[in-house]
Amino acid sequence: MKEMTYRDAIREGLWEEMKRDDRVCLLGEDIGVYGGAYKVTRGLLDEFGPMRVLDTPMSEALIAGAAVGMALVGLRPVAEIMYIDFVTLAMDQIVNQAAKFHFMTGGKVKVPMVLRTQGGTGRSAAAQHSQSLEAWFVHIPGLKVVMPATPADAKGLIKAAIRDENPVIFIEHKGLYNLKGPVPEEEQIIEIGKADVKKEGKDLSIISYSKMLHTCLSAAEKLEEEGISTEVLDLRSLRPMDDEAIKKSAEKTGRVLVVTEANKTAGTSAEIFARVTELVPKARVARIAGKDVVIGCSPVLEKSSIPSEEEIIEAAKKLLES
Amino acid sequence: MKHLKTPESLLFYMMLIREFELKIAEMFAYGKLAGTMFHLSVGQEATSVGTIAALEEGDFISSHHRGHGHMIALGADIKLMMAEMFGKRTGYCKGKGGSMHIADIELGNLGANGIVGAGIPIATGAAYAVRYRGGKQVVLCPFGDGAVNEGVFHESLNFAALHKLPIVYVIENNQYAMSTSVTKSTSITDLYKRACAYGISGEFVDGMDVEAVLETTKKAVERARRGEGPTLIESRTYRYYGHSRSDPAPYRTKEEEEEWKQRDPIKQYQRKLIERGIITENDVKKMGEEIQKILDEAVKFADESPYPEPSEIFEDIYA
Ligand SMILES: Cc1ncc(C[n+]2csc(CCOP(=O)(O)OP(=O)(O)O)c2C)c(N)n1
Repeated sequence: MKEMTYRDAIREGLWEEMKRDDRVCLLGEDIGVYGGAYKVTRGLLDEFGPMRVLDTPMSEALIAGAAVGMALVGLRPVAEIMYIDFVTLAMDQIVNQAAKFHFMTGGKVKVPMVLRTQGGTGRSAAAQHSQSLEAWFVHIPGLKVVMPATPADAKGLIKAAIRDENPVIFIEHKGLYNLKGPVPEEEQIIEIGKADVKKEGKDLSIISYSKMLHTCLSAAEKLEEEGISTEVLDLRSLRPMDDEAIKKSAEKTGRVLVVTEANKTAGTSAEIFARVTELVPKARVARIAGKDVVIGCSPVLEKSSIPSEEEIIEAAKKLLES
Repeated sequence: MKHLKTPESLLFYMMLIREFELKIAEMFAYGKLAGTMFHLSVGQEATSVGTIAALEEGDFISSHHRGHGHMIALGADIKLMMAEMFGKRTGYCKGKGGSMHIADIELGNLGANGIVGAGIPIATGAAYAVRYRGGKQVVLCPFGDGAVNEGVFHESLNFAALHKLPIVYVIENNQYAMSTSVTKSTSITDLYKRACAYGISGEFVDGMDVEAVLETTKKAVERARRGEGPTLIESRTYRYYGHSRSDPAPYRTKEEEEEWKQRDPIKQYQRKLIERGIITENDVKKMGEEIQKILDEAVKFADESPYPEPSEIFEDIYA
């Protein structure tokens, strides 16, 4: 194992895949000399040149659409949309084009592309640069959606996403880029659609993903100190979702708390909650999600819009009492 | 395209497109077709045949909602096309695409589109991929006059011009986007002039004259193949029928329709070829008979083909 940041782990994953397969190329705004808004692609231009690390104009629909066209003709593009908030400008190409082409042609063409983007709060980036919009993609058959929480998962999943024959939405979290963690020395491909038990426990399960996972892990430690054995399940992939892992954990503990940074109404927490009740009707389920608000700039406002560790602990205890 | 090298073949394919579409109008009236979303290109045949005739085998094209003509000009199997119109499993897309999404990558067709303008960035990305792989192919990207007012038109043409991509954009200007005439939607109605905003060649061509369309497109394709970048062609034409099967076209006059029909691309070309002594009246008649035979067989095939099983809806969502 080696220690590396989430950012470097993704870069290493991209680098290895580009070395392995010359059909893999990157496109996006300011990903070349500038290295990407969050520096994930830093250095790749020097290594692979401007054809494979393509700085595009500020044209999000073109970025997504060109990636579809490139994939149709045999490349394996990794497109970057600088902030998930900007996918609004590319949505047709993702939802109506990338997700549908395989089906609409009766299976004749494939669209092996990755769309990398990042979301979430934590940097006072305000209302149009902080959202968690994953539910939009999770809703769409034909797409896969992954949201890694650790450097190792980020690397293993970006490699899997690039090798996948389908469009994969790869959502990073701006608050995770500097997070350090162990990454295996040897090559690891993490299967899309597989959740991971990040902490074992027997009294209660917490299901989460992306940066909120870490808040849940920290809450679980505190609960443990109070004698409450808490399991933490990291979904990692939201589409397909790992029903088997959800079922296993819910059956084991009988009590499930769903925690997401994404806001509540019609969000991912609703989907996970519903799945738990469908898979294990006996289980008691609760959820804490981001508030249904517009995200504010002030750190105080920003913080109050997403679940806190205290809220998680409180909800966990309440669930145990019920 | 090898099958479109002679004047007779240009005429034959224009006639085949027209008769195919008239046949689906008939089948529609019999209630044989899947749904009501059938966009006929009757009147526009010289544009689809003339542009595609300028391509070589291995080149690519993106198509759109009015795309039967593209498929037929590419040499599609009429049986599989008809079956797709019927919603049958034997169709080009197993009944999953239908008229609006009919495509076959093996013919070089990257996909038809129900979202106006959406094929433009896709075709542009394909042209980038050709460059990336050091290929010699050219991408043909046709779309309607309505599509030029979608944002992706601008995003794509700017990008293609910047990288001098091997792509030819063709505005099939039939002068209406559903009910909205170009004069009501677009500040500069000479659409080819938009090319100057990107520093690329803009060409105007009479979309009722198949040879003119072919010549203009050929030059653009050659430029693209030589690495000299994209061209924007405006081919001015007319759709004889309404936007789809449910549109009686109340937004335009019968006089205007008649005027355009006087310049019918097929009749014009038949006359021209007879005058030149390339074909006789009798040849035209024989072509018509051959086409009817092809269509009758296609209808029979489509009619006798099975529908998909309900469970097939779960297949082909993921590769
Ligand atoms: C993005 C989008 N907006 C609206 C429509 C509905 N619609 C379908 S075809 C059409 C008109 C298209 O006009 P044009 O691009 O000129 O092509 P034509 O139909 O004339 O061939 C409209 C408005 C659509 N399918 N997609």
